[in-house]
Amino acid sequence: MVAKARVKTFFGNYLFVLPALGMFLTFSVYPFFKVFQLSVYQWDGVMPTMKFVAFSHFKDILFRNPIWWKSVWHGVYITLLALTFQNCLAFTLALLVDRGIKGRKIYRVIFYLPPILSGIVVGLIWNWIYNGDYGLLNYALKSLGLASIQRAWLAEPKTALTSVAIAHMWQGFGWGFIILLAGLQNIPRELYEAARVDGANTWQALRRITIPLMVPVFVLVSILTILGCMQIYALIVATTGGGPGYHTEVPVTRVISSMLGQSQFGYACAMGIVFGLLLLTVSMIQIRISRRIKQE
Amino acid sequence: MRKRVVFLFCVSVFLSCIIGFIGCVRKPEKVTGITVWYWMTDRQDAFIELAEIYEKEKGIKINFELYAPSDAYTQKVMAAAQTNTLPDVYGILGEKRVFASFIKAGHVADLTEEMDAENGKWGGVFFSKALDVNRFLPDNQFGVKPGIYGVPIDVTNIQVLYNKALFRRAGLDPDRPPSTWKEFIEAGEMLRAAGIPVLVSGWGEIWLIDCFASNYAFNIMGEEKVIATIRGDVPYTDPDWIRVFTIFKQLSEKGLLAQGVVTMVNKIAEQIFANERAAFSFNGSWCVNVYKGMNPALEYGAMLPPKISEEHPMAIWGGAGSSFMVNAKSENRRDAMEFLKWLTDTKQQVFLAKSTQNLPSNKYSLTEIPPILAQFVDDMDRTTHPSILPVAEFPGVTEALDKGIQSIITGEKTPEQVAKEVQNVKEKEMKSQRLAR
Amino acid sequence: MKNSVLFYRIENVLGWIRDHFFLIVISLSCIFPLVWMFSSALKTQATVFSDMSLFPAHPHWENFYLAWTRGGFAVYFFNSILYTVTVVIGVVLIASLAAYAFARLEFPGKNIIFYMFLATLMIPLPGAFIALYVLLMKLHLVNTRLGYILIQINGGLALGIFLLKTFFEKMPRDLEDAARIDGCGRFAIYWRVALPLAKPAIAVVVIFNALTVWNEYLLAMLLLTNRSLMPLQRGLMVFQGAHVTQYPLLMAGITITVIPIILMYLFMQKYIIAGITAGAVTG
Repeated sequence: MVAKARVKTFFGNYLFVLPALGMFLTFSVYPFFKVFQLSVYQWDGVMPTMKFVAFSHFKDILFRNPIWWKSVWHGVYITLLALTFQNCLAFTLALLVDRGIKGRKIYRVIFYLPPILSGIVVGLIWNWIYNGDYGLLNYALKSLGLASIQRAWLAEPKTALTSVAIAHMWQGFGWGFIILLAGLQNIPRELYEAARVDGANTWQALRRITIPLMVPVFVLVSILTILGCMQIYALIVATTGGGPGYHTEVPVTRVISSMLGQSQFGYACAMGIVFGLLLLTVSMIQIRISRRIKQE
Repeated sequence: MRKRVVFLFCVSVFLSCIIGFIGCVRKPEKVTGITVWYWMTDRQDAFIELAEIYEKEKGIKINFELYAPSDAYTQKVMAAAQTNTLPDVYGILGEKRVFASFIKAGHVADLTEEMDAENGKWGGVFFSKALDVNRFLPDNQFGVKPGIYGVPIDVTNIQVLYNKALFRRAGLDPDRPPSTWKEFIEAGEMLRAAGIPVLVSGWGEIWLIDCFASNYAFNIMGEEKVIATIRGDVPYTDPDWIRVFTIFKQLSEKGLLAQGVVTMVNKIAEQIFANERAAFSFNGSWCVNVYKGMNPALEYGAMLPPKISEEHPMAIWGGAGSSFMVNAKSENRRDAMEFLKWLTDTKQQVFLAKSTQNLPSNKYSLTEIPPILAQFVDDMDRTTHPSILPVAEFPGVTEALDKGIQSIITGEKTPEQVAKEVQNVKEKEMKSQRLAR
Repeated sequence: MKNSVLFYRIENVLGWIRDHFFLIVISLSCIFPLVWMFSSALKTQATVFSDMSLFPAHPHWENFYLAWTRGGFAVYFFNSILYTVTVVIGVVLIASLAAYAFARLEFPGKNIIFYMFLATLMIPLPGAFIALYVLLMKLHLVNTRLGYILIQINGGLALGIFLLKTFFEKMPRDLEDAARIDGCGRFAIYWRVALPLAKPAIAVVVIFNALTVWNEYLLAMLLLTNRSLMPLQRGLMVFQGAHVTQYPLLMAGITITVIPIILMYLFMQKYIIAGITAGAVTG
C-alpha cells in the first residue's frame, strides 16, 4: 500500500520535470550524440565519406597541441580577472544600490546597458578606445602627461589579452550586478533591523548576515562568469582576431578555426568535448565547495 | 485588478501562440523558378533589379536570398549540403580544398561543356584568371575530374593604394609612387618625418598577411620555387623564405607600419586610409566602393607592391572575387546555367559594375568603370592566387606562417625562428598525410 | 549659527559627491556607447568617423526612417516580439516546474537528471548548430516558427533551471508548510506559493532569455529561409556588407532594436526589487 502511494508520488513528481526533460531529450541529446560520434572520425563537413580514427583526435589535442592549451590558459586568464575584478565591482555596486542610495533607480538601468549592446557596437567602441594612433585611451594618457605609456594596446603581445579582458568585463558586470542585486533583495530586511538593534555596524552586518546568505548566489555568479568568459568569441573576432600571433586565441576561436578554416569537423568536435569536460569538472568542484561551505 | 492584468496577459500570449502556429502550419508554398543564395550585401538592390528584368524577359522567376555575414553563410551552405537541400545556385567560400569536397560529394555541376560550347562563347568572355579560380587542372591533388565548376561574377585584385595629397605634404611626387623597395623605404622615411603613418592594412585578418608575403615570395624566388615549397621539396628555412620574413622585420623596425596593424581588422584599416590617416594601404579593388562612401574627395592611386628583386616579376593576388556554382542535384540545372550566362553577359556586367563599383568578370564590360578601378584592371595579367596554383598548402602551415609573421612584426620572434616553426608544422602535416595513405 | 549650517551643507554635498563619484564614473562609461551610437546614426557615411562631435551640426533624422524601411523592420519587429514573448514564457513555465521539482520534490534519478541539464550548460558545442539543422530537417520543422521557438526554449532551459533551483532552495519553508497544512497539492503550492516568491529570480530569467532571443541571429539565418519569418537582427545584416558597412544606417537600426529591450528591462525591474513582503514572513 505504502509502496503504491510512493510510486504514485514519484510519478506525479516526474510530471514536473517531464516538459523540460522532453525538450531536452529531443533537442539537446541528438546534437550531443552527433558531436560525440563525429569526434572519432576525420571529416571535412561536406564529403559523404568519413574516416574512423578512434581517439587519435583526442590524443593529439591532449598531448600534441600546445596552441590549444595556450588558448585554454588565455580563457582561464580572462576568467580569473573577471572573477575578481568584475564580480567585486558588480557586488559593490549591488550593495550600494540595495542600500537605497539616491538615484538608485537610474543606476539600475544604466548598469544594465552594456550587456544589451550587440557585439558589433562593443567591438567598434573598444577598437576606437584602444587604437594606437588616435584612440581615446592614448589621447587621455597624453593629456595627463603619461605619454610614455602610450602604445597600440590591442596589438602588443603583453597588453592585447588584458585589453580584451577589460572590454569583456565592462560588458559583463551588468549581468553579475542584476543577479547579485536580486539575491540581496531577497534577504529579509528584518535581519538587518535586528542586527542594528543589537548594535552591529555596517561591516559586521555585511560579514554576519549578507555574505553567508549570499553564498549560493555567489556560486551561481561564479559559475556563470566562468562559463561566459571561457566561451568568449565575438569580442575576440571583433578586436584582435586571435592575434598578435596566438596571444589572444581562446578555446572557441580554435574550435571555429578547425571547423571552418581547416575543414576538420571531427577534430573540432573533439576539441569541443575536451573543452566541455574541462568546464564541467570546474563547475562540479565549485558546487562541491559551496556545499561544504553551506554545511559549516 | 491585478488578476485582470494577468488574465489579459495570458490571453495575449495565447493569441500570439495561435498566430505563431498558424504561421507554421500553413504549408510552405512551392517555390517556383530559380533560387540563388548569396552573401554580398552590397549587391542586394542590383540583384533584385536584375531579377525583375529577367522575369520580364524570359518569364522565369529568380529568388535571390541573402545570408550574411560570410561565416554564417558558410555554415548555412554546409548544413544544406549535409541534408541535400542546397538551392539551385550558390557560392562556396573558402579554399579550393573545400570546393573539391563539394564537387566530389556531387553538389556541383560540371560546367566545362557549357563554357566550351560554340567555340568557347561563354568561357571566352571572362578574364582567364577569374576562370582559373574555378577550374581544376588535370592531375590535380584533390582527385577531381578536371574542368570548370563555377561562374565568376566579378573580379578583384589586391594592390597598394597611396594617398596623393599626403604625398604632396611630405614632399613626394604624387605621380611617381615608389616602384622599388628601396624607393619605398626612402618615401616612408620622408613620410615619417612629416608625421604621417606610412602603411596600413588589415593584418589582423591573417589572409591579408598571407597575400603580402606571397606576393614578395613570388618576386624574390619566383613561382616555381614557391610551388616547390608547397610540394614539400623546398623547406621554409631556405634563405629565400627568410628574406621574405625579414621584409616584415624591416617594416616594423623602421616604423613604417601604422600602429596596431598586427591586430587590425580590414574595415578599420579602410577607415584609417579613407580618413587620410595613412599614406599607403594594402587592400583590394573593393576598396574603391568603400572609400567613395567614406570620403568621396579622397585623392589616391593604385600601384603594384614595390618590388625587391628584378629577377622575377611581382605578383599580386587576384582572380574571381565572387563565383556562383550550380547545384548538380537541382532539377532546374539548365535554367540556372542559362540565367548565369545572362548574368555574366556584357550588358548585365556593365550594370553591376556601375552600381556596385566592383570589377566585372566579363572583360568586355569595362566601358563605364571609374578611372581608379581601371588602374586595377591593367594589372589583371599579373595576378595569381592560391586557388589557381596546382598545389595547395596545408591550412595549419598557412596559419603558422601568418601568425609567425605577426610575431616578427611585434618583435617577439626572429625570421629564423619563425621559419623553423613553420617548417616543423609542415613536416608534421606531411607525416600525418603519409600515414593516412 | 548660520556659518556652521553652511559648513555642514558643504560637507554633505562633498560626501555625496565622493560616494557617487564612483557610481557616476561607471555610469558614464556605460551610457557613452549609446550616446555615441545615437550620434553616429545622425551622421553620414563620410562623417561618421571623422566628425567627433557628440551631436552633429546637421542631424540626419531620416536615417532612422531609412533604416526602418531598407531593413524591412516592420515584419522583423513583429517576429522578434513574437519569438521573445513565446520563448520567455515557455522557458519560465517549463524551467520553474522542473526547478521546483529539483528543489523540493523527491524522485529516483533526480540528481542524475539535474547534472545532465547542467552538463549541457557546460559543454558549449560551437558546432552543434549544424547538427540541429539536420535534426529539424527530420522533424519537418525547418523554416517554421515552431521549430525556431522550440529550439530556443530548449536553449534557455538549463540556465533557467539552474537559476531557479538556487532561489527555490533558499526560500523559507514556512509558507509552503502552511499551504500544505491548508490542503494544497504539490502543483498548487508551486503555483500559488513558490512562483510568486521567486519573482526576482523569474525576472532575471526573463531578462536573460529576452535579450538572448532578441539578439539571436545565427540560428535564425540557418533555419529560416522565408523572409516573413525572420527576426530583427536579420534586418540589421543588410547594412553590413562584405566590404562596405553603412555605419549610420546600421547604428540607427541598432538604436531601434535596443529600445524595446530597455523598455522591457525597466518594466521587469520592479519584480527584481519586489523582495519578500514583510507580511508574508511575520504573518
